[in-house]
Amino acid sequence: MSRQSNRTTDSKKMNSELFTLTYGALVTQLCKDYENDEEVNKQLDKMGYNIGVRLIEDFLARSTIGRCQDFRETADVIAKVAFKMYLGITPSVTNWSPAGDEFSLILENNPLADFVELPDNHNTLIYSNLLCGVLRGALEMVQMAVDVKFAQDTLRGDNVTEIRMKFIKRIEENLPAGEE
Amino acid sequence: MEARFTKGKSAILERPLSRPKTEVSVSAFALLFSEVVQYCQGRVYSVTELQARLAELGKRVGASLLDVLVLREKNGKRETKVLNILLFIKVSVWRALFGKEADKLEQANDDDKTYYIIEKEPLVNTFISVPKETSSLNCAAFIGGIVEAILTHSGFPAKVTVHWHKGTTLMIKFDDAVIARDKTLEGR
Repeated sequence: MSRQSNRTTDSKKMNSELFTLTYGALVTQLCKDYENDEEVNKQLDKMGYNIGVRLIEDFLARSTIGRCQDFRETADVIAKVAFKMYLGITPSVTNWSPAGDEFSLILENNPLADFVELPDNHNTLIYSNLLCGVLRGALEMVQMAVDVKFAQDTLRGDNVTEIRMKFIKRIEENLPAGEE
Repeated sequence: MEARFTKGKSAILERPLSRPKTEVSVSAFALLFSEVVQYCQGRVYSVTELQARLAELGKRVGASLLDVLVLREKNGKRETKVLNILLFIKVSVWRALFGKEADKLEQANDDDKTYYIIEKEPLVNTFISVPKETSSLNCAAFIGGIVEAILTHSGFPAKVTVHWHKGTTLMIKFDDAVIARDKTLEGR
């Protein structure tokens, strides 16, 4: 058991600034390469999705988290374990819908957006949209279809940064045709 | 004052530039960097172009990093001599970015404009397996870009290229004017 608990702290840490600035350089490049913010948002989401699909394996291997029983547990694991492990922050989980299929992550400080101010001509850019893709991709790999989007963003003048997550459905494992 | 400097509630200009308390995991960076490389790869036709694109991104990082490091590590004092700026990169810049000093700093025997920073296993290459057909590719071009921006913006225009040699070697070629100026500074 003691060995298992060690494994959670196993992952190496690094200065968040190189990460932040590299992300910033990427977003700047995308803004140059694409014509409008909408396209950049899409591209960021797509790249995030690719990351999420790979990140989930890393996460499951490093943490000792098993299968989550319900969406509430999923929310807790994302906020308290995954965000802590990868970005060094712990967002709070709030605003549960009565049905328990929607919640919000409130980010106190978003490491992707440190030192960032959006210029006026990019006011529809969802700067940290990569995160939505990451969450979507990672959860898809554990058979959860989830809708993820930024509901509020301090970069766009809101008081807090809020990611809204909505559970859509459990993905059934489809066997390829002809195999029963 | 222009509106864009006061817009929003983040007031980033008011924030202290002290060392950040947050750390991110190396995996997070590795996965992000991998996407960056793949994105760049999708838009180029050759290894040279890919490296140039990565260097371009690195330059942006270096340019934003320089001021903050000079302020933190050097009390706002800039370097004026070639050797000192190189040591600043080897020690301070490397520590801030990668948590360690660069492995080696050398000067070319036959050329007083050329220096080498040697890094056996650069962080950005740790997770990258280079396919055989593009074996010259070195993603440390990104770090090369960071170094080039730091040198250039400090008043030492230089060209930085990456090579596979003793691990990864960044070859720094200073402009003639830089070396000439350094010689006149000598002995003062």
